[in-house]
Amino acid sequence: MKKTVDDHYYQLLEELQAVDFVLVELNLYLDTHPQDSQALQQYNQHVQRRQQLAYQYEMNFGPLLHFGHSYSKQPWQWNHTPWPWQV
Amino acid sequence: MWIYEKKLQYPVRVNKCDPMMAKLLMEQYGGADGELAAALRYLNQRYSIPDKVIGLLTDIGTEEFAHLEMIATMIYKLTKDATVEQLKDAGLGAHYAAHDRALFYNNADGVPFTAAYIQAKGDPIADLYEDIAAEEKARATYQWLIDLTDDVDLQDSLKFLREREVIHSLRFREAVEILKADRQLQKVY
Repeated sequence: MKKTVDDHYYQLLEELQAVDFVLVELNLYLDTHPQDSQALQQYNQHVQRRQQLAYQYEMNFGPLLHFGHSYSKQPWQWNHTPWPWQV
Repeated sequence: MWIYEKKLQYPVRVNKCDPMMAKLLMEQYGGADGELAAALRYLNQRYSIPDKVIGLLTDIGTEEFAHLEMIATMIYKLTKDATVEQLKDAGLGAHYAAHDRALFYNNADGVPFTAAYIQAKGDPIADLYEDIAAEEKARATYQWLIDLTDDVDLQDSLKFLREREVIHSLRFREAVEILKADRQLQKVY
């Protein structure tokens, strides 16, 4: 069954995608610039922001991760739609 | 170990049903310079590359799978509402005969993916140069794909992917310099 998603879903998702983009960028940069302490500080700051956003998202729209990396409410939420290509 | 995250790396929106564009996008799904080839190439090279660049190959290889999912989403959205007639007119008649609307790892011409697209020389510089070339070819392909559609939302997602290729290429170039500097150091001492 397809769960309908509202504006809040898209808004939170986009915020998460934005902060995750920063993290991917900083991560790849740090892979080749491991001594850059300023970049590392930015990375760790965004990790914290990311955790807050992901928590908010998951409380509203269910687990982002499987295999024990996200909590699930009753009943098991992982199977719930929408999947990423359905929105 | 890999963990799946239930979200796209970047939003994928399309404005219309366009099986013709879906067919062209298959170049980046199962083509020689596509995202599947990229992910498999980098993740496979990790085992024989110097420690200093294993992290980079792991991260870029993993990101490529997120890009593969974005391309799949584009193809899915562009074909899901197409009639058989529309698929046929778009040149996807042969695809429909074999796969219906299922996605398949082939290029825009319908040629199935092969591991022959990717290399692993075991020589770190040779492997990284191959990776840089792959990123530049993928970047060029994304530009041609952007030119081939007038769907601004689709173009937006394709532009994101094009820019990622630019960054990956840059990081691989830095990795080459890191390895060269290391070699110099070994010669000096």
